[in-house]
Amino acid sequence: MSAFVVLKAGVVASLQDQGRFGSAHLGLTQGGPADYASYRIADLLLQNPTPSCQIEVAVGGFSLLALTDTVFCVTGGAMPLTVNGQPKSLWHTHRIKKDDVLELGFAKSGLRCYLAVAGGFKLPKDFGSNSTVLREKVGGIAGEALQQGQFLPAASVYRPLLWALPEKLWPDYSAPLELGLLPGYQQHWFDESQWQQLYSNDYQVSALYDRMGYRLQGEPLLYPPRALLSEGICYGAVQLPPDGLPIVLLNDRQTLGGYPKPGVVLARHAAALAQSQQGHQIRFYPVAPEQLEAEQRQQSRYWAELAMEFRSLV
Amino acid sequence: MIQLELAGENALILYLSAEISAQNLSQLQQLQYQIRSLLDEQLQELLPSYASLLIVLKAPHKGLLAIKTMLEQQLVLSAANTEPQGQQLTLPVYYHNAWDLDHVAQKAGLTTDQVIELHQSAEYRVYAIGFAPGFAYLGELDARLATARLKSPRAKVPKGAVAIADRQTAVYPAESPGGWNILGLCPTPLFEPDNAGTAKPLMPFVVGDKVRFQSISRDEFFALGGQLPQELC
Repeated sequence: MSAFVVLKAGVVASLQDQGRFGSAHLGLTQGGPADYASYRIADLLLQNPTPSCQIEVAVGGFSLLALTDTVFCVTGGAMPLTVNGQPKSLWHTHRIKKDDVLELGFAKSGLRCYLAVAGGFKLPKDFGSNSTVLREKVGGIAGEALQQGQFLPAASVYRPLLWALPEKLWPDYSAPLELGLLPGYQQHWFDESQWQQLYSNDYQVSALYDRMGYRLQGEPLLYPPRALLSEGICYGAVQLPPDGLPIVLLNDRQTLGGYPKPGVVLARHAAALAQSQQGHQIRFYPVAPEQLEAEQRQQSRYWAELAMEFRSLV
Repeated sequence: MIQLELAGENALILYLSAEISAQNLSQLQQLQYQIRSLLDEQLQELLPSYASLLIVLKAPHKGLLAIKTMLEQQLVLSAANTEPQGQQLTLPVYYHNAWDLDHVAQKAGLTTDQVIELHQSAEYRVYAIGFAPGFAYLGELDARLATARLKSPRAKVPKGAVAIADRQTAVYPAESPGGWNILGLCPTPLFEPDNAGTAKPLMPFVVGDKVRFQSISRDEFFALGGQLPQELC
């Protein structure tokens, strides 16, 4: 085993693995990394064969003390990373030695980082997952965000090579977001002019955004009120409450809800949204159901090609 | 009639007629059984609610539209008006006017004793579980008790709060924010995560079960392990 101690808990740092599945019927939400792409790249760079338990650091100000030698990496939002005060690059794997202090400053762009170690953090799971859902007090350590002084056991796995994602492939979190929307759920409740409005409106992320969902602001999209029985909500679903301002529901959403939904944002775009903050420019564009297969092929190709772009450092 | 809609890149939602009915409950039980046998290992989540069933698939799968067509062709809606399956369960309630009991009585033009009597005289079905772990939507409440949600939700609803909204009733499994009208407290634990991986159930009920409430005294409430929220101590 290797291990770490939390020196600074930061704003909110939580343990996350790929998420909690198969427990929605108990009322347990999915949880998991809000930015799945960065989370997955961390595992790929570390050559972790299966999705590992990582630390999602929101906003920043987080620090760990290494109690053993191991290999780690940080992906995601641009938080300055240092080891014993020496700047280190994100999207790289690094060796770390016993007594080294690893520190993340505050995000200059993006909102969340993934701090991962070779083999992953090793803690007992709740309902098959380490993912922390604060509202449910489930996962992580006692269902809470990480706290100063906590001991974090991790796997002890040897990695002979270090890897990096070339800088040209690092995501640009400052760019306006175009969210692909797959119509579904109550799509037939909205008429042509309402759809046009949804696709032509310029939205911004409002002050209300978190791991549950992102509430947008902009021109309200009003439609005649209509009762809806509560129903299961999928990751990325777009809710339109009576005030006409869309809410994109993310990892920690409640499992059931009764607001009408015109459709669902593509998962990769929902993950990108989770890196944005108040004021970020958002637009929606339509994705036809017939485009889904091409979209999925493109995603498989993206992940296959991405791994081939990794540069070996040693 | 079955209607299927897309609910994401890897998800479909099945709709029955938009009503709260035992007929829907029973048909959803049968449909879940059929969907499990048709999709088997491809299923990630199967989440029933009043008149819908969210079907989430594991990626990669055989194509969402192909699976949608297959389900449209294969799923059979039984015409028989069968009783939904479910166990019977009684939940004790220490009814108390510290919250909304008087408000509900006043709105309904009843005494608080009559409200309690109406609330505990009906048998409810678990129509859905969600909102929070172990939160069961129970229906249908006697129409005379139907009360709108609070205009402004409470920041803190105590653990075990027995509450009503419209024609639904529920017990809050843990302290949380909430906008339902509170009638009393139930001492029975409704979500016990420590039971995971043991022979004991996480929750005393599943969708389809029949629930009755039974009025208990303050002493009985404490004897059953109930704890009053701080403001009532």
